[in-house]
Amino acid sequence: MRGVRYVAWRLALGVVTILVIVVLNFALLHLAPGDAADVLAGEAGAATPEYMVQLRQKFGLDQPTYVQLAVYLKRVATLDLGYSFRHGMAVTDLILGRLGPTLLLMLTVFAISVGSGIALGAVAARNVNRWSDHMLSMLAIVAYATPVFWAGLMAIVVFSIKFGWFPTSGIEQIGAFNEGWTRIGDIAHHLVLPALTLSLFYIALYTRLMRASVLDQYAMDYVTTARAKGLTERQIARRHVLRNAVLPVLTMAGVQFGGLLGGAVVVETVFGWPGLGLLAYESLFARDINLLLGIFFISACLVVVVNLLVDLSYSLLDPRIELN
Amino acid sequence: MRAFLKRFVRHRPAVLGLVILLAVTAFALLAPAIHPASPFSLIGKPFQAPFGEYLFGTDQLGRDLAAALLYGARTTLLIGLVATAIAVLVGVTIGGLAGYYGGRIDSWLMRLTEIFQTIPFFLFAILLLAVLTPSIGNVILAIAVVSWPPMARLVRGEFIAMRDREFVLACISMGMSHSRIILRHILPNTLSSIIVTASLMVATAILIESSLSFLGLSDPNVMSWGFIIGAGRTAIRSAWWVCAIPGIAILLTVMAINLVGEGLNDALNPRLRTL
Amino acid sequence: MTDDENVLSIEALTVDLPPWADRPHAVEGVSLALRRNEILCVVGESGSGKSVMARSVLGLSTSRHVQPSAGRILYAGEDLLKAAPERMRAVRGSRIAMIFQEPMTALNPVLTIGQQIEEAVAVHVRISRDERRRKVLDMLAAVQLPDPARIHAAYPHQVSGGQRQRAMIAMALMLEPDILIADEPTTALDVTTQAQVLALIREMQRKRQMAVLFITHDFGVVAEIADRIAVMQHGKLVEHGPAADILERPQHPYTRALLAAVPDLASAPARHDFDSAEVALKVSGLQKSYRSKGIFRAAATKTVHAAKDVAIQIRRGETVGIVGESGSGKSTVARCIARLVEPDAGEIRVGDVDFGRLSQRALRPKRNRIQMVFQDPYGSLDPRQSVGSLIAEGPRIHGATAEASRQRAIELLMLVGLDARSADRFPHEFSGGQRQRIGLARALALDPDVLIADEPVSALDVSVQAQVLRLLADIRERLGLSVLFITHDLRVAGQVCDSIAVMRYGEIVEFGRTETVFNAPVHPYTQALFAAVPGRDWSLRRSAAAKRQHP
Repeated sequence: MRGVRYVAWRLALGVVTILVIVVLNFALLHLAPGDAADVLAGEAGAATPEYMVQLRQKFGLDQPTYVQLAVYLKRVATLDLGYSFRHGMAVTDLILGRLGPTLLLMLTVFAISVGSGIALGAVAARNVNRWSDHMLSMLAIVAYATPVFWAGLMAIVVFSIKFGWFPTSGIEQIGAFNEGWTRIGDIAHHLVLPALTLSLFYIALYTRLMRASVLDQYAMDYVTTARAKGLTERQIARRHVLRNAVLPVLTMAGVQFGGLLGGAVVVETVFGWPGLGLLAYESLFARDINLLLGIFFISACLVVVVNLLVDLSYSLLDPRIELN
Repeated sequence: MRAFLKRFVRHRPAVLGLVILLAVTAFALLAPAIHPASPFSLIGKPFQAPFGEYLFGTDQLGRDLAAALLYGARTTLLIGLVATAIAVLVGVTIGGLAGYYGGRIDSWLMRLTEIFQTIPFFLFAILLLAVLTPSIGNVILAIAVVSWPPMARLVRGEFIAMRDREFVLACISMGMSHSRIILRHILPNTLSSIIVTASLMVATAILIESSLSFLGLSDPNVMSWGFIIGAGRTAIRSAWWVCAIPGIAILLTVMAINLVGEGLNDALNPRLRTL
Repeated sequence: MTDDENVLSIEALTVDLPPWADRPHAVEGVSLALRRNEILCVVGESGSGKSVMARSVLGLSTSRHVQPSAGRILYAGEDLLKAAPERMRAVRGSRIAMIFQEPMTALNPVLTIGQQIEEAVAVHVRISRDERRRKVLDMLAAVQLPDPARIHAAYPHQVSGGQRQRAMIAMALMLEPDILIADEPTTALDVTTQAQVLALIREMQRKRQMAVLFITHDFGVVAEIADRIAVMQHGKLVEHGPAADILERPQHPYTRALLAAVPDLASAPARHDFDSAEVALKVSGLQKSYRSKGIFRAAATKTVHAAKDVAIQIRRGETVGIVGESGSGKSTVARCIARLVEPDAGEIRVGDVDFGRLSQRALRPKRNRIQMVFQDPYGSLDPRQSVGSLIAEGPRIHGATAEASRQRAIELLMLVGLDARSADRFPHEFSGGQRQRIGLARALALDPDVLIADEPVSALDVSVQAQVLRLLADIRERLGLSVLFITHDLRVAGQVCDSIAVMRYGEIVEFGRTETVFNAPVHPYTQALFAAVPGRDWSLRRSAAAKRQHP
C-alpha cells in the first residue's frame, strides 16, 4: 500500500514540476523579441496573415495575462504545441516522430557507459595504485575534459574522412531503402560514432565513481566478516562488494539523464543524427522559438518520468530504502 | 597554510594543472599586448596550415587562429569564473539556509532545487539564449542558472551534518545568534568542500560555454573557442586544424582545472591515516 | 600445563605499524597461550594493540601497512603466519571463527541474515540447500532468537542490535570451531542486552568446550566471564594469569592502576545534606514525543515518547544523575532542559527565571544559566577555532571585552588542569581527556547556575575517565555547582551523583538518594539494571573489602 502512495506522491510532484516548466515556457514566450503571436507562429513571415489573425484570437492576446496563461495551459495539457510551417506539420507530431532516433542513441549510450564504467571501475579498484589503475585514471581525466562536440568532429576527421570506416552523418544510407536486418545493420553502423562520442564523458565519470565506490566498500567491516568466514577474494568481490558498489553509480546514472539529453543535442548536430537534438538545433537556426519550447517541454516530461522510474528501481535494489 | 601548500605540491598532476592554468591565464591577460588588432580582423589568406607564416594557421575567412585562441582564452576564463561565482553564491545561500533551518524552509527550497535539477539544463540554456539573444552577460546568466543546484545540494548536506554536531549545539547553548554560528563556525568547516566543488564547476561551466558557442549561441562581438570550432565545421575536410586546435585548448584548460581541483581536495581533506 | 592443552599458541608476536604512526609496533613480543575449554580475556585501553593481535591470528589486519614481522602463531601444529592463503581460508570460519564489535556494519546490508549465515556454511561444507537452511534455523534458535524464520529472512537493518549480535554468534558457531575470537562484541550494546549476550557466549563455550579469546576494555566484563586474563599496554603483554589472581592480587603497576580506576558499584559516601538548600533547577511535566512522518496522516505514524511527564529537582550544589539505557530518553530530557530541543510541554525553572517559556529572542541572553558538557570529545569542539577563542566566545557574545574574555579563558584552562599556553592551540592537538576538560572550561565560562553533563566520560578510556571525574568532583565542590549528570554506567553514577533518577521509555521509574537506590532498589527495572551490570559480584566484593579496610 505504501508503495502505491509513494508513486502517487511522486507523480504529483512530477506534475507540479511540469506545471512550473509550462509557466516558465509561457514567461519565455513573452520575453522573446517581437509579438507573442509572431513567436507562436514560428518563423516570422512564414505564416499566412489569416493564420496570424486566427492565432491572435485563439490566444486572446489582447486579454489579461492570466487568461493567456490559462489558455496556454489548456493547450499544453491537450498536447497542442502549435504548428510548424517550415516542416508542414503539428509540432507534437514532429517531435514524436523525431523522438525515436534520440531514444535509440540515449539508450545505447546509457548501456555502453554504465556497463563500461562499472567494468573499468572495478578493474581499476582491483589494481589500485598499479600501472593499470594509473593509466585508467589518466584516460578518464582526459575523457572527462573533452568537449563532446570536438570529440565528435575529431572522430569524423579520423574515422570517417581519413580511414573511411564509418559514415560521416545520418542514421542510414539515404536512397538505399534497406529492409529488415540489413536496415538494422546499417543503422547500427551509423550509430557507432555518435554513441561512442557521447559515451566518452560518461564512461570516464562512471569509471571514477565505481572505482571510488569499490574502494569504499572494501574498507567496510562486512568485508572483514566475509574474509573471517573463509571466502575467497573472488567470492567476496562478486557476492558482496560489487552489489553494494554499483548502487551509487546507478543513482548517478539516473541523475545524469537530463545531461544526456543536452549531450544528445550536440552529438546529433555534429553527426546529423535525425533526432530531437538536431531538431532543436534546426529550430534554433531558424529562430523557431515555438518549436524549441515544444522540444523543451517534451524533454522535461521525459526526465520526470525517467526520474520516477529510477527512484522506484533503486528501492528494489537496495533493501534499506523503504518507500515512504 | 604552509602545511596545505606542502600537501598540494606533493600531488604532481595538480602542479601540472596549475602550471597549465597559469599559462592560459597569462595568455588571456597578455592577449592585447601580443596581438593588438581584433581577432576578427582578416589578416591573411584563408586556409593556411599551421606552422607556416602563422603559428596556428588561418581559418576559412583568413583570421589568425593564434589570435583567436588568445582572445578566446579571455572569454573562456571570464565566463567560467563569473558564472561559477554567481552559481556558488546562489547555491551556498539556498543550500545553507535549507540545511541550517530545516523544516518548511528546507522543504520549499528543496522542491525548488529539485525542479531546477529536473529541467534538462542544456536545452534550457539554449532556450534562454534563443529568447534573450546571446550576449556575454546572458551567456553567464544562462550557465549560472543551470549550475547552482548541485552546489545547493552539497552545501545543504554539509550544513545538515554540521547542525547536529555537538560543537554547534554548544554554540546554540551559549546563546549565539544564527548568523554568527553560520558564518563563524559552520561555513569555515564546509569551506573545503565548497572550494573543491567550485573548482570543478568552473570546468563544467567552460564545457557548457564552449558547447553553446559551438551551436552559435555566443556573443557575436566576442571571440570564443567554441565559436571558432563551430564556424570552421564546414571546412573540416580541408582545414581540419581550425576545428582541432581550439578543441585541444579547451581540453587542456578543463583538464588543468580538474587536476587542480583534485589537488585541492587532497590538500584540504587529508585522508586520515588510520590503521 | 602441557603443550597439547594449548589449542592456540602465540609466540613473541610482533606487528609493525607504518612509518608515520606514533610508535613502531602495534604489538611487540607478545607471547600468549589459549587453552582448550576456557575463556581468555585480553584487556587493555585504546591503543594497547589487543585488537591488532586478535586479528593477526586469522590474518585479518585492516590495513596492508599493519603486518606481523616476527613471531609465530601455532594452531594444530602449524604456524598460521606462514600458512598458504588456501589453508588460511580453510581455517577461517570452520576451525577458528571471529565476531566483531559493530554488528550493524559487520553484516552486508543488501543480503538477508539467512543468506549470510548459509554462506558461512556453504563455503566449507557441501550439503543440500534444505539441509543447510535447517541447520541455520536450528542455530538461530540455539542462540535464543525468537522466531528464527523471520530473522532468517530479514535484512540486517530490520532487526535490533542485540539480535544482530546473536545472529553473528550463530554464524560463527555454525561449523563448530575450536576457537572463537571475539573482538569487543558487547561494547556497542546496552547493559541489559550485553548481559544476555555475555551469558550466551559463556553457555555456548561450556556446551561446546570451545576456547574463547575475548578482547575487551571493560574490567566489569572481564570479571564476569574470564577464566584467565591477559593485560596489554602499548603493544606489550604486561601481566597474565588466572582471573582471580589478576583481579584480586594484581602485580604489575599498570594493572593495579587500571583496576583502581574502575569505580565500585557502590554509592560514594553522602556529601552534604542538600534538603535545606534552595532549588537551583525545577523541572515538571516535561513532555517530548517524536512522530515519524507519514505522507498521508492516516498511515501508521509511529509516535515515540522520548519524555513522558518528567519531573526533576536539583538543589544548589547537588548532583542529580539520570541513568538509563539507549532509548530511555535521558539525552532528550537533558537537551530539552537546555532547550537545544524544544519540549512539547513542561515547566523549567532556573532560580527565578521561567526558562522553559522564554521566547527564542528572550532566551538568548539568559542561556548562560544552563550550560552543557557533551559526550563526544572529537565532535564537541570546532576544529577550526583555537581553544582559547572557543572558551572566550561565550563571555564575548554576552558583552565582555575581548581582553576580559581571554583572561577568563586562561583562568579556566588552568582551573581544569591545562597549561595557559593551550589557549593558542587547536583541538586536534589534544587527547580525548584533555578535550573534555576544554569542554568543561567552555561550559564554566558563562558561570552557569546549572551544569548539564551528557555522558561526559563515556567515550574515554577508564584511566582517563577517572581523572576527568576527579576534576569534576573537585570543581563542583569549589564552585558549588549544581549538576545534572546523564550516564548509562551505574558505576559512574554511584561515584558522582547525590541522587539518581532511573529512566526507561521516557519515564522516570525510580528516584532517590544514591545510597537508597543502590542498596535497596524498588522498581523491577532498576533491579534488572543492577543485576545486568557485568562483574557486579566482583565489584561488590571489592567495596566490601575496601570497607573492611577503611571502616
